[in-house]
Amino acid sequence: MNVIGPALGAASALAGAGVAAGMLVPAWGRSAAVGACTAGTGGAGLVAGVAALGGARWSIGLPGLLPLAGVRLAVDPLSGLFMAVAGAVAAAVAVYGIGYTGRGAHGASSRGAQAVLPLFALTLVLVPAAASVSTFLVLWEVMALASLLLVLSEHRERAEVRRAGLWYAVMTHLGLVLLLAGLALFAARAGGQSFAALRAGAAGMSAWIRAVVFVTVAAGFASKAGGVPLHAWLPRAHPEAPSHVSALMSAAMVNLGIYGIVRVGFDLLGGGPMWWWLGLIAVGAVSAVYGILQAAMASDLKRLLAYSTSENMGLVLVGVGAAGLFAASGNGPLAALALVAALLHMINHAAFKALLFCAAGSVLRATGLRDLDRLGGLRQRMPVTAGLFALGALGAVALPPGNGFISEWLLLQSLIHGLVVPGVATAIVLPLAVAVIALSAGLAAAVFVKALGVGFSARPRSKQAERAAESPPAMLAGMGLLAACCAGLALVPGVLGSGLDRAASAAGLTGAKALSGGGLQVRLQQVPASLAPLWVVIALTAALAVAAGLPRLIGRRRRRRKNARLWDCGGGAPTPRMAYTATSFAEPLQRVFDDVLAPEQDVNVTPVRESAYLVERVRYQRRVPDRIEHRLYEPMLAALARLGGAARRLAGGSVHLYLGYGFFGLVALLLVLAVGW
Amino acid sequence: MSGTGLTAVAAQIVVVISGAPLLAGWMRQVRARMEGRAGAGVLQPWRDTRKLLRKEPITPIGTGPAFRTAPALLVATTAVVAALVPLLSTTTPVSAHADLILVVALLALGTVALALAGLDSGTAFGGMGASREMTVAALVEPTILVAVFAFSIPAGSTNLAAIVAGAVREPSRLASPAGLLATAALAVAVLAETGRIPVDNPATHLELTMVHEAMVLEYSGPDLALVELGAQMRLTVLLGLLASLFAPWGIATDASWPALAVALAAFVVKVAVLGAVLAAAEVFWAKVRLFRVPELLAGSFLLALLAVTSSYFLSGE
Repeated sequence: MNVIGPALGAASALAGAGVAAGMLVPAWGRSAAVGACTAGTGGAGLVAGVAALGGARWSIGLPGLLPLAGVRLAVDPLSGLFMAVAGAVAAAVAVYGIGYTGRGAHGASSRGAQAVLPLFALTLVLVPAAASVSTFLVLWEVMALASLLLVLSEHRERAEVRRAGLWYAVMTHLGLVLLLAGLALFAARAGGQSFAALRAGAAGMSAWIRAVVFVTVAAGFASKAGGVPLHAWLPRAHPEAPSHVSALMSAAMVNLGIYGIVRVGFDLLGGGPMWWWLGLIAVGAVSAVYGILQAAMASDLKRLLAYSTSENMGLVLVGVGAAGLFAASGNGPLAALALVAALLHMINHAAFKALLFCAAGSVLRATGLRDLDRLGGLRQRMPVTAGLFALGALGAVALPPGNGFISEWLLLQSLIHGLVVPGVATAIVLPLAVAVIALSAGLAAAVFVKALGVGFSARPRSKQAERAAESPPAMLAGMGLLAACCAGLALVPGVLGSGLDRAASAAGLTGAKALSGGGLQVRLQQVPASLAPLWVVIALTAALAVAAGLPRLIGRRRRRRKNARLWDCGGGAPTPRMAYTATSFAEPLQRVFDDVLAPEQDVNVTPVRESAYLVERVRYQRRVPDRIEHRLYEPMLAALARLGGAARRLAGGSVHLYLGYGFFGLVALLLVLAVGW
Repeated sequence: MSGTGLTAVAAQIVVVISGAPLLAGWMRQVRARMEGRAGAGVLQPWRDTRKLLRKEPITPIGTGPAFRTAPALLVATTAVVAALVPLLSTTTPVSAHADLILVVALLALGTVALALAGLDSGTAFGGMGASREMTVAALVEPTILVAVFAFSIPAGSTNLAAIVAGAVREPSRLASPAGLLATAALAVAVLAETGRIPVDNPATHLELTMVHEAMVLEYSGPDLALVELGAQMRLTVLLGLLASLFAPWGIATDASWPALAVALAAFVVKVAVLGAVLAAAEVFWAKVRLFRVPELLAGSFLLALLAVTSSYFLSGE
């Protein structure tokens, strides 16, 4: 018996109940009721996704639900994967959200924000199930609008939220326009708008049309995934949203950009020539390096995490691009390996980034601060949150016991063995892609050492950080669920092997068995390489125990540890003002990448009035703006504003002028029609 | 197989742990002699370690678990790497999992642990050292992985045992342009990873030039002994790795006791020679400015990239 249909039905019903609860339940019980319904929606989505990953398929047509086009849903293992990820994240984050929004009546716990949350969770689960262009676009737009409302939920408190909302609204709709244009062209040429018709019609289309479809659609989806240069909304919207919404957006919503590229590029269009995929690798590589560099410069904790999302999605895009490249040159198994690596990295990213955003939310709730330069010392005051953040950071830095390492290792393996694919392009692109992954992994290590070391270690740098207290149990429980996911993915990634294989073959890459060797090991079938994450952890733990225990046995006098004042080169206990901040930590990297980041600095020296040699005040300012935003968006916005200003002159306020416009417009139209269109 | 294999793994760990201080002592002695000093003797690092281990353990006020576990973690990661890398034998029970990328990542984990400890102390020097160390580590990473890429092409795998065993069978691989370029790139990366001149000066205690020393400034007693041992083990393992990749002769490729004994002797000689060369070079080099280090690393990255592309273009004709 197929559980997908009932599960999706239950998800919809629970989401409906959640919306009603958000509207009707009074403030004291609202967040608990909404959280429970949202968690149920996510859980049902997870069940449906897991069933689909197990090989079940399901489809339904509901012609009456949407006028003209009807709703068409179909679930295959590829949709199941994204559904399961979105469902799991939504369930855990909803539990966290109960504690985070608390019993207030404003901002994130207001009636409107609470009512939209279950709807957002539902669309995250349902978007991958769409099986026709119209259904897909409607669900996509509902998801975008729901997330926009959630981003704006604290708009009364802070003015930046409104600006971020504006950016997000404009950019997500530009993306929608691209998708609409690309998919409409596709549907028109394929002769039908259901995905089955697109799949059937794609082969008969000319190469030129296929290319236009792919480029437009990929650009639209890449902007949702935070690909540079269409990433500008991401580092604005994610930090300004309430933290549980940031977690949902960063761990579940951006994935759907990847889903779209895989679905359209591999499944519907059936692959394409090499240059598509080389372009995708280039976008991914630039996003990865640029994202992590900006994260290295950021001292706002949530902005740092948002840029890190851009980096990780860049790595996933590199993997997807490599899969397309290998498929285009006819190497199926290697293509499947690259796609599996990309999908696994997406899953890992969802787990650790949701955890990190939730932990950042706990910090924000306890201190009211996101600025790393003013945090510090939280490990004594919020030990559980600090530990959970450390676990998430371990995944994000892609070092061995963490889950991120396994997927980056797979990605590197697929690229390193990709040199069997002939062509000068691969011989140059693949080593550069390996270098990009390595550089972004190295910079990620610096970024998360900064976030963890400056934010949670040492001593508090402000009053607010000093007064911080541990979060309520619901938040800790939500984060605990996510931490368990991270640990599971890190220790036994092999259990996902067959599901990932099915997802890759649903995308048309039947190399199969890219990942095998049972739950405890990752052994690759095509290339001779294997990794045993559990054994690495056991060996490290054993070595750690010996290394920590042996000196005590050897030491002649077994004494207890004694506390003493910090030495600090004889300077004696330093004040918190003297500790390194996030900005100072990032300074060497900023100097190294000076040409890329183009920091702006400004020194103002005010001399004393009587003498030019005595300085009264020195004001030093430095900021590292997002250079792409600075160079690309600002001129464009300025040009648009100028155009608008110029257009205003046309409307002088005189009725005669407007009548004249009408007359000349009509004449021009008649002339065009008369001359013969 | 398993008898000699297990012995080989155990021998690798024991040799690296017990030999690391001796290597440090040997390098200091070579350096002292070349500078016209008598030197303290090869055994001095061991005496220092014994002295430090007997002192009482001290926890500076305000430091936390990151500070306390970092020294042990540094030693632990290096010991696991010592077990994985085929220093003595390519047929060990763990050789199937001796992945070069894993080795690189484990070493990076030790670096990250120490950098966190530096920040955890909350002093300006700790933060300064951590910041500089992470900058250098981030920039070294591309060089190392592209060099790994170059080494893995002829073997068709990133498995270290496969790479080394292949090089023993076909020594011509080592003299190919790709092999030479990758070795040169990796050598620079090893200098940066182990904090030697010209990237960092292990003997300095001048505050503003310290990198590694600044991070570990607050350690004393047994903790300091572990940190020193960890740093010395890293140097030994990385020199051993370089020797295994570039001069794999003598490493046991079958499971026999005489081969293992020969491998042990060959390993000691190779690492001692490499250490002496490094110490001699350090006498004539000066440490470069911190902000010139990226240029050095960019150069080594280019070498590694050339290694990969040349191996493709030269084999493709």
